[in-house]
Amino acid sequence: MAKDVIRLEGKVAEALPNAMFRVELENGHRVLAHVSGRMRMNFIRILPGDQVTVELSPYDLAKGRIVYRAG
Amino acid sequence: MTIRPKNAEAIVKMRAAGQVVAEVLDLLRSLCRPGITTADLDAAAVRLMGERGARSLFRGQPHPRGRSPYPGNICVSVNEELVHGIPGPRRIVEGDVVSVDVGVEKDGWCGDAARTFVVGRATPGVLSLVETTAEALEIVRREARAGVLWSAVAGCIQTLVESRGFSVVREYVGHGIGRQMWEAPRVPNYVGGDMARDDFLLAEGVTLAVEPMVSMGRRHVREMADGWTVVAADGMPCAHFEDTFVIRPDGAEPLTRL
Repeated sequence: MAKDVIRLEGKVAEALPNAMFRVELENGHRVLAHVSGRMRMNFIRILPGDQVTVELSPYDLAKGRIVYRAG
Repeated sequence: MTIRPKNAEAIVKMRAAGQVVAEVLDLLRSLCRPGITTADLDAAAVRLMGERGARSLFRGQPHPRGRSPYPGNICVSVNEELVHGIPGPRRIVEGDVVSVDVGVEKDGWCGDAARTFVVGRATPGVLSLVETTAEALEIVRREARAGVLWSAVAGCIQTLVESRGFSVVREYVGHGIGRQMWEAPRVPNYVGGDMARDDFLLAEGVTLAVEPMVSMGRRHVREMADGWTVVAADGMPCAHFEDTFVIRPDGAEPLTRL
């Protein structure tokens, strides 16, 4: 059964300017993530400490997009 | 990154699990004929697993993003379906390209392998797709020796697949395997992107489930509404071959072949 590489669970470590966040993934990697358009539309606030799902870019796995916030 | 090798005792147990996987795949190959449903294949597979004292690794596998756990015992992915197809009432028809993926746990250790079968007659393009994907595993057998970086092997797989005009899927990768089905490292079938950072050195005794996933069209895939089935976004046929290997000084030894 193949492992899904692209979406990973993580925790927001730091809020950065321009609606960017530093997210620490479960595997220990840190990625720079912006918020997906759909989440911006729904005014979902993201704060440091939040559990989030990050969709990684297949081209640069150090960058990603936050697609869900848990809870 | 260093990956911990398995000792000889562990390899013996993983081979025992792998042999059950191989037997199940052999049975599925003989059953995969027009008229059978994918649920029939699942039922036959789980019966044989039970007779051999093994259990399915896939049933109940948690969804990576919190959807419902995997409901089947094996995966059966037909035509444009690449991987993780859920067995059900669908009937196999002449000309289908059927990928079956089987993973078992026996005595605390895991084995995981997949094959793609062409049912009846197929176009030369489909035959080439399936042959190419199978050939990718032969490259692994030969090239994945102790002391080699995985990226060198992945580069060979990617070059082969792309030279035939097919695409390597990026969103799903192979994996380390042992007591758990999914262990470190991630084992991609392509080079670039994360590879520079996540590349690893092959060492004797390291066990990997290597699984080239190849699309006849473009490489992009999407997940269906059931949360599991992954299909080629352009609807073109896909092939998927996998074996659980142990790395040796002269190549990779498959544990999931009879």
